Amino acid sequence: MAILSLALKSLVNRRFTAGLIVLSIALSVALLLGVERVRVESRNSFANTISGTDLVVGARSGAINLLLYSVFRIGDATNNISWKSYQHFARNPLVAWTIPISLGDSHKGFRVLGTNQDYFRHYRYAHKHPLHLREGRPFQDVYEAVLGYQVAKKLHYRVGQKIVIAHGAGMTSFALHADKPFTVVGILDPTGTPVDRSVHVPLEGIEAIHKDWIKGRHVPGLHISAQQARKMDLTPKLITAFLVGLKSRIATFRVQTEINDYRKEPLSAILPGVALQQLWDLMSIAEHALLVVTALVVAVGLVGMLTVMLAGLNERRREMAILRSVGARPAHIMLLITGESLLLSLVGVVMGLLLLYTTLALAQPYVESHYGLYLPLGMPSTREGIMLGLVAVAGLLIGLIPGYRAYRYSLADGMSIRI
Amino acid sequence: MPQSPAIQISELRFRWRSNLPEVLYIPELAVARGERIFIRGPSGSGKSTLLSLLAGVSLPSAGEVRVLGKPLSTFSGPQRDHFRSDHIGFVFQLFNLIPYLSVLENVTLPCRFSRARRDKVLKTGATLEDEALRLLEHLDMGDEALIHRPVTELSVGQQQRVATARALIGAPEIIIADEPTSALDSDMRQAFLRLLFQECEAAHSTLLFVSHDRQLEPLFEQHIALDEINSAGREGP
Ligand SMILES: Nc1ncnc2c1ncn2[C@@H]1O[C@H](COP(=O)(O)OP(=O)(O)O)[C@@H](O)[C@H]1O
Ligand SMILES: [Mg+2]
Repeated sequence: MAILSLALKSLVNRRFTAGLIVLSIALSVALLLGVERVRVESRNSFANTISGTDLVVGARSGAINLLLYSVFRIGDATNNISWKSYQHFARNPLVAWTIPISLGDSHKGFRVLGTNQDYFRHYRYAHKHPLHLREGRPFQDVYEAVLGYQVAKKLHYRVGQKIVIAHGAGMTSFALHADKPFTVVGILDPTGTPVDRSVHVPLEGIEAIHKDWIKGRHVPGLHISAQQARKMDLTPKLITAFLVGLKSRIATFRVQTEINDYRKEPLSAILPGVALQQLWDLMSIAEHALLVVTALVVAVGLVGMLTVMLAGLNERRREMAILRSVGARPAHIMLLITGESLLLSLVGVVMGLLLLYTTLALAQPYVESHYGLYLPLGMPSTREGIMLGLVAVAGLLIGLIPGYRAYRYSLADGMSIRI
Repeated sequence: MPQSPAIQISELRFRWRSNLPEVLYIPELAVARGERIFIRGPSGSGKSTLLSLLAGVSLPSAGEVRVLGKPLSTFSGPQRDHFRSDHIGFVFQLFNLIPYLSVLENVTLPCRFSRARRDKVLKTGATLEDEALRLLEHLDMGDEALIHRPVTELSVGQQQRVATARALIGAPEIIIADEPTSALDSDMRQAFLRLLFQECEAAHSTLLFVSHDRQLEPLFEQHIALDEINSAGREGP
């Protein structure tokens, strides 16, 4: 089309201004898509935190609270549950496996999780992914530990290293179980879940380091050495929570009701999928607010284009009169001006995509190692495609405003512009 | 059958908007084909307005304008635009060129809008660029260095010659020049006019030349004083 090639030449002639408009549109488009990609990926990674587990059981509390401390290892349990109750449900004929979890201690800001070998056997994340050791083996002895990927990486720990566990979850906990150090025997592969930030030890280890503690305080004068503790009964009396895998998912509600109605102790059994969804919904307000803000940034970019196009229009009345004199119709003039806006937004969209992919490629390793979030470089999703299309259409619609003004000018001016 | 006159006006009245006074009232005017007409009149007397009526960019409030025998008022807007691109070449007083097009692109611009003018050029066996170069050469603008210069860097006289080449390309029947020489100094005006006459003759085009410079008047065969034929604002009979 002859007019569109004129539009292109006119833009090339004003390449500095045009470049600035394209840059502002490209930046806003890259921001929009970047936010969208982070949003989708964090939702995915969030939903991938735990999989294959049918029920999560803890002391009676809200579903989200239980999910937060047992799966995300954030915050603390209001109450523990007894080993007896755990044993009772672990032996239930409908139950295929269980994973006991004991929380409360930490190591340099990372949560320490007491569990047993079943953790390595049955724990699943993402699409039924089992845990995999990149180095070493699962713990066997009382004083052995397996580190999540991030723990080993951040603290530069290797297999064979001795670590000391602190009482309580705080970063600045001074109450150390210094007399009973643990040996690192294994390091897990990254999972992108809270497992990466956990230190895993046997339940017996948790029990052993607390032998000379009562109600969270070291008993003065009482000292039980690591070797002495070994010889004592290290069966835990309390755990924090346990995960349940059923033989058949059909039994889920039956077992859930059974646990919730358990007479001897107030327990809560939740469906992790449902609780994850609830938790995500809590955050979706912020998520949508973010998306709205970035959409507004795109709008600001397009309004910038509108301003520049409108401001330049008056100077171009002469050009329009010349075009009219050689036979251009008012509609041609409108197409010229609107076409320029469309070209600017199309180039802006393409540059925005390039910018997004460049940024993603550069930021990918950092985001993955710091936030456990893998940002894929894949082709734009349908939703992203629709967003890009909407930006281009918005650019076209906004271009109709100066286009229509130019149309009116060229009708009213005739060819009698004197500058 | 004799050829219809280039321009024929009867009882033409024009006002820019209904609340503005009448700018033009021309009871009668005819221009034969191939003539070179000098149109003079003081500034603001409606010369440019008359030209835009002849070009079909504006429509008369009353009366009739026939160009090459065609009553323009009966045409639709796009038809008038098309008619203009096919049959009329324009040169304005100043700023004639599209700043983002090269010299050659400016000259060949009408051929983007008029198939008739493009075909007329191509029928001679030349490309549009060849023809543009030929016209520029005739107008003393054949210099390679000049042709590749951005149009905004050309002198006013050079710009006017490029604009003239653009008006002439594809040999339209009518050339309209609206004070094309008023920005030139007087030696250049004479030279410019000679070139313009020469090319109009070669293309058999009718030339309507508007100016308020009476020194140029003797070079033309026909003269119209717009303030004499325009009865707008005077008491009607
Ligand atoms: N686009 C326009 N809208 C309204 N009035 C106009 C327009 N162009 C010219 N006029 C008016 O029409 C009259 C004649 O102008 P014009 O034809 O340009 O005169 P000239 O070319 O003889 O100097 C002037 O009063 C001018 O103000
Ligand atoms: Mg004028």
